[in-house]
Amino acid sequence: MGVTVSDSGLMEVDTSLCMHCGACVGTCPRNSIFLNEVIITFDDSCNQCGLCVRVCPIGAIDKPEGAE
Amino acid sequence: MTLEYDVVIVGAGPAGSITAKFAAENGASVLMIEKRQEIGSPVRCGEGIARYWIESVGIPLDKKWIAYEVEGAKIVSPNGTEFCIDERHAGEEVGTVIERDLFDKALARHAAKAGAEIMLKSTVVGLLKDNGKVTGVRVDQMGKRFDVKAGCVVGADGFESQVGRWGGIDTTLKAKDITTCFQYRMTDINPDPNYCEFILGTEAPGGYVWVFPKGKDTANVGLGMQLSKVREKGDPKKYLDMYIESDERFKNGKILDMVCGAVSISAPLDQTVTDGLILVGDAARMIDAITGGGIANACRAGKVAGEVLAKCVKEKDFSAERLQEYEKGWRAQIEERLYRDWMAKEKLVTLSNETFDKIIATLAEVGVEKLNVYNILKVIEAKHPELVEEFADLL
Ligand SMILES: Cc1cc2nc3c(=O)[nH]c(=O)nc-3n(C[C@H](O)[C@H](O)[C@H](O)COP(=O)(O)OP(=O)(O)OC[C@H]3O[C@@H](n4cnc5c(N)ncnc54)[C@H](O)[C@@H]3O)c2cc1C
Repeated sequence: MGVTVSDSGLMEVDTSLCMHCGACVGTCPRNSIFLNEVIITFDDSCNQCGLCVRVCPIGAIDKPEGAE
Repeated sequence: MTLEYDVVIVGAGPAGSITAKFAAENGASVLMIEKRQEIGSPVRCGEGIARYWIESVGIPLDKKWIAYEVEGAKIVSPNGTEFCIDERHAGEEVGTVIERDLFDKALARHAAKAGAEIMLKSTVVGLLKDNGKVTGVRVDQMGKRFDVKAGCVVGADGFESQVGRWGGIDTTLKAKDITTCFQYRMTDINPDPNYCEFILGTEAPGGYVWVFPKGKDTANVGLGMQLSKVREKGDPKKYLDMYIESDERFKNGKILDMVCGAVSISAPLDQTVTDGLILVGDAARMIDAITGGGIANACRAGKVAGEVLAKCVKEKDFSAERLQEYEKGWRAQIEERLYRDWMAKEKLVTLSNETFDKIIATLAEVGVEKLNVYNILKVIEAKHPELVEEFADLL
């Protein structure tokens, strides 16, 4: 895991890539993502479906290592 | 002490500011809450808008936010065939290329001048409710948390919108109804200075590449692709980088700005109001599914919203029934085209490069008076009836 990756246990966000555009927030089918201007957090309702990983235009989100 | 306003608007984009302007102008007390520290920045837009609709939403054209003006649109097929059309007939995104950060600030200024209050660096984190009716918002502002009561809350919080979902309006999108985008503003390049360019084909699966000039040697060069066609993380940026690599005109290009973002390319929602809450603009999924443009519709719906809300204030009635006037009002202006373009998009994303070549060649040869799905299909039907068979329900 890179030094810029913040891992909530649910999803990893590479903060050196994230441009805070909100693409993941609007796409999340469970409304589990919150973007407080520049800080992304995932709440417990996240089921790691991975749609945020694919929608992120720059590839800043990933599942934590070991997750399916 | 709890703050209280007739109308509280979440988001200071075009939808929020135009709603605020018309509500305040007609007598409502209005607060607009924006989480960013600067309205309109960072820019998340290709910045193309047509000239003709602006004044109809009460905003005078202003050179301060117009970066560049083009003659029209150029649509390029995979084999390089070009079809050009005059800006007056090229739809709502073509005519001027704006400075979107200045544009959004100008709209907010119009709202402020009409009497609306504005709060920046303030994030709405949830809705207040009473018996199922929305009665206000909870705000985080620079280390403080407080509530603001409202007769009506307006969700103008853009693509990422959570306000609708918090209030019980389902705005969830399917992967096929989302376009994910990456864009560079590039300088020291050679865009065609006369046109906003749209490049079709598998270089941008289920979407297109755009080149919107901001000057003779500078342009917004972006790519949108359908989310359901994304295979690996980071594809939008990778596809754009590949495209730029392949186009000689960008050989010496230097990057001035990078933009990430997503737009909905969905059918219009069934419902955009509930007791004490309405949705406007991208939050209400009002983006055109073919072009991905949404500024015009956000402004049009904002005008209807502001006017209706001012009446609701006088009648002290923000029930879902009373708010139907907004629901009906915006639909009367834009719903039919939103729906038709969504239907057409469902087919367009399945077409091969060869079919795009034939379509653009036909348009280039025969011409079309005004660019819309119906006119395009009519022109193609005359020459290649087999190509429009699948679109029969749109004719
Ligand atoms: C890459 C890209 C290119 C585009 N190009 C074009 C184009 O060329 N022409 C065109 O017409 N359209 C274009 N669009 C679409 C256009 O940008 C949108 O349709 C338009 O911005 C919609 O305005 P809006 O006011 O609904 O939302 P927005 O402009 O997105 O405004 C929403 C605001 O709400 C704020 N907000 C969100 N959540 C909260 C919260 N919880 N609390 C407080 N504030 C919040 C956000 O910070 C934001 O400022 C493009 C979009 C993208 C992504």
